[in-house]
Amino acid sequence: MRKAEIIGAIVFALFSIYLMWKSGEVASWDTAGRFSNLWFNEYGEPETGFWPFALSVIMFICCIWIGVNWWRRTSPPSRSTDIFLDRFGINMLITVVGGVVAFVALSSIISMYFAMTLFLIYYIGILGRNRWVTTLSVALGAPVVTFLFFEWQMRIVLPKGYAEPVFLPLYDIFLNTGAS
Amino acid sequence: MEVLTLLWDGILTAFEPQNLLLMFIGVTAGLFIGAMPGLGSVNGVAILLPATFLVPPTSALIFLAAIYYGAMYGGAISSVTLGIPGASTAVATTFDGRPLALKGRADRALVTAALASFIGGTVANLLFTGFAPPLASVALRFGPPETFALMLLAFSTFVGLGGDDVPKTIFSVAFGLLLATVGADPVEGTPRLMFFGLEAFRANINFLVLAIGVYGIGEMLWTINSTRNKVTMTEAKISAKGIVDSAKEASGAWRGTAIGSFLGFFVGILPAAGATPGSLMAYGITKMTSKKPEEFGKGSLDGVAAPEAANNSASTGSMLPMLTLGIPGSPTTAILLGGMVLWQLEPGPRMFSDRADIVWPLIGSFYVSNLIAVVVNLAFIPLFLWMLRMPFTILAPIIFVLSIVGGYAATEKIYDVWLIVIFGVLAFFMRKLDYPVAPMVLAIVLGPITEETFRQTLTRSRGDFGAFFESAIAAPIIIIALLLIFMPLIKSIWRKLRPRKAREGT
Amino acid sequence: MQLNRRNMLALTGATALTSVGGGLARAAAWEPNKPVEFIIMAGKGGGADKMARLMQSIVESKGMSPRPLVPQNKPGGTGAEALVHMNTVGDPDHAIMVTLNSFFTTPLRQPDLGVDIMGFAPVARMAEDTFLLWVHKDEGITTFEQYLEVAKSRGADWIMGGTGKASEDNIVTDFLNGEFGLDMTYVPYKGGGAVAKDLAGRQITSSVNNPSEALGFYESGDVIPIVAFTDERLPMFPDVPTLKEKGTDFVYYMQRAVVGAPGMSDDALAFYTDLFKQVFDSKEWQDYRSAKSLLGDFMAGDDLRAYWQAQRDRHESILKAAGQI
Repeated sequence: MRKAEIIGAIVFALFSIYLMWKSGEVASWDTAGRFSNLWFNEYGEPETGFWPFALSVIMFICCIWIGVNWWRRTSPPSRSTDIFLDRFGINMLITVVGGVVAFVALSSIISMYFAMTLFLIYYIGILGRNRWVTTLSVALGAPVVTFLFFEWQMRIVLPKGYAEPVFLPLYDIFLNTGAS
Repeated sequence: MEVLTLLWDGILTAFEPQNLLLMFIGVTAGLFIGAMPGLGSVNGVAILLPATFLVPPTSALIFLAAIYYGAMYGGAISSVTLGIPGASTAVATTFDGRPLALKGRADRALVTAALASFIGGTVANLLFTGFAPPLASVALRFGPPETFALMLLAFSTFVGLGGDDVPKTIFSVAFGLLLATVGADPVEGTPRLMFFGLEAFRANINFLVLAIGVYGIGEMLWTINSTRNKVTMTEAKISAKGIVDSAKEASGAWRGTAIGSFLGFFVGILPAAGATPGSLMAYGITKMTSKKPEEFGKGSLDGVAAPEAANNSASTGSMLPMLTLGIPGSPTTAILLGGMVLWQLEPGPRMFSDRADIVWPLIGSFYVSNLIAVVVNLAFIPLFLWMLRMPFTILAPIIFVLSIVGGYAATEKIYDVWLIVIFGVLAFFMRKLDYPVAPMVLAIVLGPITEETFRQTLTRSRGDFGAFFESAIAAPIIIIALLLIFMPLIKSIWRKLRPRKAREGT
Repeated sequence: MQLNRRNMLALTGATALTSVGGGLARAAAWEPNKPVEFIIMAGKGGGADKMARLMQSIVESKGMSPRPLVPQNKPGGTGAEALVHMNTVGDPDHAIMVTLNSFFTTPLRQPDLGVDIMGFAPVARMAEDTFLLWVHKDEGITTFEQYLEVAKSRGADWIMGGTGKASEDNIVTDFLNGEFGLDMTYVPYKGGGAVAKDLAGRQITSSVNNPSEALGFYESGDVIPIVAFTDERLPMFPDVPTLKEKGTDFVYYMQRAVVGAPGMSDDALAFYTDLFKQVFDSKEWQDYRSAKSLLGDFMAGDDLRAYWQAQRDRHESILKAAGQI
């Protein structure tokens, strides 16, 4: 935990420096160079980079402060001897986050509805080892409820990817405004 | 009194069978829309707006206001049961609502939230009825420097509260504010912080994207990791008696409710602010003035009551600038305003005198909707508790699906869903390292207003920072805010000085 | 949960009709077969947003389109977000957008967007909004000459509030500054409503709001119009002179038009033009036009394209003269 604390602070500090550099970026057609936008213009108006740059400086100072606390061992994580992420934690991250990533990636290919079904089968059935009856009823029920609530009632069109033709008849039934 | 006669007539109009039915449907629909992460009153009102052409304008407005009320109650439900705030106004409700749910006391939290909301709404209605026109002139005095001062005060309530690691809290606030600057500059329109040159970053990062990432994914990962999949969310029984018992316990949270009701209203009537800073400040002040501040964040009923009373009160309050100034205080009131334009009602300074036939039934319906909302909400609590008793290996994936679908629904961009996943993993690591994540989520909501008013003030004074202190309203607020921010620093210096003196004395 | 009665009717109606061939009679004409993206290149609650939602409500309440228009706000980057979205949309036949003058100015100011507005499909121009110069009544100003005198004497302390930077309001302010030797400070806001409110609260000293934005405070007597930037006096403000009458030939309007995504088929374009012609002719739209003092006739097709070309060239010279590009 103690090691993770200082690594975290260093990563965030580096990120703050990157953000300072990024804040100085000007629009591609602007002839003034990088960092020309960090202060006030001739009318005394703060320019576009002023606010994000000031914030990244504050973030950087906080990281140093966290580092000092780590050195002096005044914050709880800098004294803790727990393991930051054990085996269970690493496995959990890989299986769960992996599943979510696959769900999102598949959404734009085979539609959010089919992706949702696969994700629920994977999580409830395989990871959770629930009974298959439960798994399948949730996995097949969820897309139906989602369609009725989001697309039909709330008029929010979810991604369909290449599966769009499958949904055209459903639009005909549910999203026909009655104009003839 | 003339006002009372007008109000009484208004309430009678609201009690007409058609209006009563519309309110009942509106409140119920609003409750469920609000309880869905990613959807809020703004979606409900926007989608049902065209449907209201079937009824006369007064009934239509009453219906939309009922959805608004229902959604406000619903926001607390997802904050408590799923730990995902359904709207920015309900973020503060997760602070204590979530710990209560994890302790198996979700029933207490939900009942407290409902009752506090009811009281907050009622207090706001009374203030609204009595003082709408004079309060409108107070709202007019809040220009850019005053609004900036108010935002600073909202942030300071976080930092000044102490307890948490101070540099990590400030880091989290600054990071949230920085995320709010990604995309097009609000003033110039030019792109900023376009990471990797991706076109998708041109749009600003929506609050819900960060909130769903942090709470829907990050907190879930953290819960799975720390409980090893063995959580039973609640063992609460479904019974009428349980609700009565909870209500008795909830009455202990009267302090938070009172603070929230009044503070929420006064912050809510300021056009730019809305209900989010109101609920946040109510939480902060309740904690600061509490006899048991150490209970906050671990499951204090006062900590649920304060933000819930405040956000309902503020939502009613934010109707005031809309009706009297024609300025929407929130996206939802903006759409309501659009609706009123369709019915050829022009909200503005003359609304109260010219269109009393619309205004008073609407205000009357606030009272009735509020009453219906609390009853409907209490009636549905068993259903939400039943959801919580599902095995965690089923509930968790359902929450993930809700987060992804709800996150997509919020902005309808698949790249935002990717951001949700990234923020979720980031929030998991931040949470493990004791970085508070709530300040970050609130900062992204208040960030654009803060930057805009900061820059407007300086543009107006052509770069003179003195402009912030020239205003009789802004100056004292800024001074209080700065004192609160530096409180932990002052305290620690004080503590260091005192023992030394004591040692020198002996 | 019966959220929307029309949907229920549609459901029963559709199942009964579609199979029998109720749509056959119109089979020749193109019709949308999925929900239509209705992009708004401004934020929620502004003038453009209100107008878009009014149009959507008219379409929906009168059942003019077989599939709903689904409004989406894309205000980022003074409309840049919306323009890029339309330029890269997958199905150009199901994407239309409500535009204002940022349709001309944003591609000029941000050349890296790669957007050519002449490639967009000219669906319909629904109106032209007008601009007036407003001051708070307590300034004691009633004529344009007085305005010039007071604004000149206050120099940079005279604050002009407006919506956005290098926007319509900024163009008018720059023009006044340049033409009359003023040094007004321009403070950008997110929306016209906030500008009107801050003028009434005397946070700023003048504005160039559209009538729809300032009307409430005009009726309550807080703000007064000084001069109109139109060709002729507005029927709603018969006593307010135009700048033209004052001897300065400057008129400025805001287009309120609906455009289709680049690459939209001619059949789809014809459908949308017809749809918005119906909206334009509806009583609701005509009432709105007169209530908000809107001008401009219905315009579509090549006429609208020619209008865009003229507007684009004019904005290019205005922005160049102001040093914005």
